Amino acid sequence: MNVRSMKQWSSLVKEALDGTFLVAKFLCLLHVTNTYLCTVAVTYGPSMLPTLSLTGDLVLAERITPRLGKVGIGDVVLVRSPENPRKVVTKRVVGVEGDRVTYFVDPKNSDRCQTILVPKGHIWIEGDNIYASRDSRNFGAVPYGLLHGKLFWRVWPPKDFGPLGK
Amino acid sequence: MASRYFWWNATKKFFTIGLVGITVRDRFGSIVPERGNSMSPTFNPRTNTYGDDYVLVEKFCLEKYKFSHGDVVVFWSPSNHNEKYIKRIIGLPGDWVATPYSSDVIKVPVGHCWVEGDNPSSSMDSRSFGPIPLGLINGRVTHIVWPPQRIGEIERTVSGDRISSL
Repeated sequence: MNVRSMKQWSSLVKEALDGTFLVAKFLCLLHVTNTYLCTVAVTYGPSMLPTLSLTGDLVLAERITPRLGKVGIGDVVLVRSPENPRKVVTKRVVGVEGDRVTYFVDPKNSDRCQTILVPKGHIWIEGDNIYASRDSRNFGAVPYGLLHGKLFWRVWPPKDFGPLGK
Repeated sequence: MASRYFWWNATKKFFTIGLVGITVRDRFGSIVPERGNSMSPTFNPRTNTYGDDYVLVEKFCLEKYKFSHGDVVVFWSPSNHNEKYIKRIIGLPGDWVATPYSSDVIKVPVGHCWVEGDNPSSSMDSRSFGPIPLGLINGRVTHIVWPPQRIGEIERTVSGDRISSL
């Protein structure tokens, strides 16, 4: 009786360990895919109108191009906000290092423009809706290292399902 | 047939170990070498004849991005996203930092920090590139793990006269 229950126990423990290991492996796979290949993001807010809607779009962002340093002008990117490191914002790349960027300082009230040179290793990001966006016009060019991913596919809402163009 | 089975198993093991390794490195902690003498005497003091120090970097701090004065952190260079530096945090958001070579006092902006090497004579740090976004930080250095006679925890040293939080 005792030996039998021992056997039962050991097989139970073995099964539990196997299960735990399988779950751990799956989580690791999830982490690697999410960090190095492709991630899912929900974007909301007015700053990227009309490209992305106000109420929340589900988008896919790939993480290979930023890692290789191939992000160019016109790409919609995920950037870790320089003002709050726990927040990730969606903006469009307007200039890369060495570019001269002209922007409206205060588009709501005046036509005043300013031109600056994007420093080495930085990118200039702006929202598509320049009237309601906190972007490089407020906090300046952001270091390339804050880039998180490049949006390439919209999943939700279903009527807009498809690739995101430049 | 047996050899095919063997190779299949070996590949599976290899991938599993890779996945788990990458996840542990990204989520929990990793061991990296410290190059150069910009953090001397904390790392690589002049008396070091055994090569570079290897340090343990923990990644749990990346969940909340909460740092204290005197933490030693690893971060991506703001001018080159492929390069990582190890420096000490001198100022956090809201602090006024005195720059040593000029009489200027700079306010560290929201979401940024002021980093400096312990060896001011040869260090690329905030004195040349200004405050860096906290989002560039990749981990906190907690211990020296190699060479064996230098194993130990890293102290949080704060020099009080340089900063003031108004």
